[in-house]
Amino acid sequence: MSNDVDLSLLDPILKKYQSQEGALITMLQELQAVYGYLSEVVLTHLSREVKVPLSQIYGVVTFYAQFYLTRRGRNIIRVCRGTACHVRGGSRILEAVEREVGITEGETTPDLEYSLETVACIGACALAPTMVINEKTYGKLTPKKVMESLSRKDRKEREVE
Amino acid sequence: MSEEKVAVSTSGMRVVIVCQGTGCVSSESPEIREALEKGIAQQGIGDTVQVKLSGCHGYCEQGPIVIIEPEGVFYCRVTREDVPEIIECHLKNKKPVERLFYRDPGTGEAVAYYNDIAFYAKQQRVILRNCGHINPETIDDYLAVGGYEALRKALLGMTPKEVIEEVKRSGLRGRGGAGFSTGVKWEFCHNSPGPGKYMICNGDEGDPGAFMDRSILEADPHSVIEGMVIAAYAIGSGEGYIYVRAEYPLAVKRLRLALKQAEEHGCIGERILGTDFNFWVHIMEGAGAFVCGEETALLASIEGKRGMPRPRPPFPAQSGLWGKPTTINNVKSLATVPVIISRGADWYSSIGTEKSKGTAVFALTGTIANSGLIEVPMGATLHQIIYDIGGGIPRGKAFKAVQIGGPSGGCLPESALDLPIDFDSLSGAGAMMGSGGMVVMDETTCMVDTARYFLSFTQNESCGKCTPCRLGTKRMLEILTRITEGKGVEGDIELLVELAEEVKDSSLCGLGQTAPNPVLTTIKYFRDEYEEHIRNHKCPAGVCKALIAYYIDPGKCQACMICLRQCPVEAIEGGKNLIHVIDQDKCTKCGTCLSVCPPRFNAVKVISGEPVPLPPSATEREVTRARGEGR
Repeated sequence: MSNDVDLSLLDPILKKYQSQEGALITMLQELQAVYGYLSEVVLTHLSREVKVPLSQIYGVVTFYAQFYLTRRGRNIIRVCRGTACHVRGGSRILEAVEREVGITEGETTPDLEYSLETVACIGACALAPTMVINEKTYGKLTPKKVMESLSRKDRKEREVE
Repeated sequence: MSEEKVAVSTSGMRVVIVCQGTGCVSSESPEIREALEKGIAQQGIGDTVQVKLSGCHGYCEQGPIVIIEPEGVFYCRVTREDVPEIIECHLKNKKPVERLFYRDPGTGEAVAYYNDIAFYAKQQRVILRNCGHINPETIDDYLAVGGYEALRKALLGMTPKEVIEEVKRSGLRGRGGAGFSTGVKWEFCHNSPGPGKYMICNGDEGDPGAFMDRSILEADPHSVIEGMVIAAYAIGSGEGYIYVRAEYPLAVKRLRLALKQAEEHGCIGERILGTDFNFWVHIMEGAGAFVCGEETALLASIEGKRGMPRPRPPFPAQSGLWGKPTTINNVKSLATVPVIISRGADWYSSIGTEKSKGTAVFALTGTIANSGLIEVPMGATLHQIIYDIGGGIPRGKAFKAVQIGGPSGGCLPESALDLPIDFDSLSGAGAMMGSGGMVVMDETTCMVDTARYFLSFTQNESCGKCTPCRLGTKRMLEILTRITEGKGVEGDIELLVELAEEVKDSSLCGLGQTAPNPVLTTIKYFRDEYEEHIRNHKCPAGVCKALIAYYIDPGKCQACMICLRQCPVEAIEGGKNLIHVIDQDKCTKCGTCLSVCPPRFNAVKVISGEPVPLPPSATEREVTRARGEGR
């Protein structure tokens, strides 16, 4: 799989930030936007080009929650674990999602359909408990609403296909 | 309120303001705006009615919100289906749609005007002054409310020293949590020698349960930029950064737009307002690390490194970003600066208490009737905030605690409700202002579980650099976890307190120094709850899964099949006329049965600290009912 990575996609990003001090995090963000995740091949190439040791890059990538070293699902489910959501039953929402899609937090389904993550707070506390699927926020959830929104999503997608 | 009392303007231009804050956007407010624009065009009234977007009004609980000016009529929980009626009745026939008015939860009375709603009437909005009233995507709206006047006043009429003096005199203290004097901070940096100083806006709002920085950046980005340029002028900086959480894409988008417009209007960039002062701003998106809210960690993150804090001194004012003198201010502090310059230090310092001047913004959430963003003068009591503005606890539940200041703050009990809140009174009570998260908890919240929740957050976000925080929080979390699992032992509470004090005293940065606060305050105010868990294996609030069981009271069960059908693991057994019984071995304690059992039956109980009663015998389980009875 690693061989078919198109490394030329890196060039414009490298060019843009070449002279900028401390642009590593911004570069990683843009690389991830292009490739979907940060593979070893991409990071090794980056390390050579910007002359920063791979170990240091790895240190930065693993420090921040938003960088991913493995491929992620087509749909990203983020369940909010903020305080307001916790107080209004957020842990039961996470359990319901886990039951519905059959994976636990931090995992991706084998068919790459879903990745399940938790976030510290999405800042929509008045709608607690909440989750976000891709870009859409679902608020005032109950375990039942979770089941409905996930199965409705599936149905819609099947119709599209 | 009867319709006749609602005055509707009959002439002039009317503005329909649709909230596009994050809360309302997630309940389809962009579609409502689109439908309004389309409908108004179709009706041919576009020349007298204008549709405008605004940022967050703070009353997210009632979203999506639509306001019609100049009359100030407030419509809440609007849907796309309501749009034709608003256009036909209100905009064309001048008759407001009473059905969409806000209803006072206490009196049930409909309230037509924005300013009459208790939630707003009892607030004093200084930092949030423009939020919800102006379109954050056009600079003209900001200019129309006096925007960039303060910058003009500072740059053309005041020396940097005079600006610093004014801010010092105002008594403004940093709204990021610690409450250090903003003016003094600027003075340090101003007095540090050398060119190449940096001015940084900290928008890395990581506290779960706080969203005020996000709302300000989304609803009024220019006020933050204006405050930042004034600060840069005061300290003598030519370059700055706004560090925003990457989880806030809308805030980033509106900031970029605002920066571009500010540059076009000569309020940022080269030769600002025609003077010799130059200042450039970059936006840096965070990559998801809570600790980056800490000053020195944030600087490391901008430099492209792991966001780990370093010991101070040297303070950033002496040696900050790339070794240059740097000032870091919170979004709310910067948004306050233009008002202080415009209206003067005397006006600002007349608000608030002796040592905490001005207002405080809180994100009021949890089990409370009116969730949202609120602003009150320092010195307001918790009772005023929770009951007068927040509308109290819904569903007839009793108040238990209020958590203030997020993972760094503490849980305060009912006895603290009359406490006038400011920076110092909160620290005295064991909590802190923090970023201003205020989460209300009712009787169904377990305080041990709450402490465990916050600690699991801080433990997870601990960067690992210093030992007390890395290992101390881990050990504390292990103890709390075992208590919630019913495996706590005598001496655990004392051990927790000992560890907490150590971690507090010896951690390197604010994260570790404040992480024990939720544990210490819950032990201080709710010690009996810890003891119940440890001694009697009982969770009085019925939350800790290992210590509870769900049970259907056979005397109350109407065999209605609702819980039986909805149980996700098919653990409920019974039939149409057969009283339902939960199979305790299959039950995953998800609580679905409790939440779906109709309140008039109220048959599902949470049992803790005692054995589950045996199910009734087969003959006792049959329900005989007359026709039409039951479901």
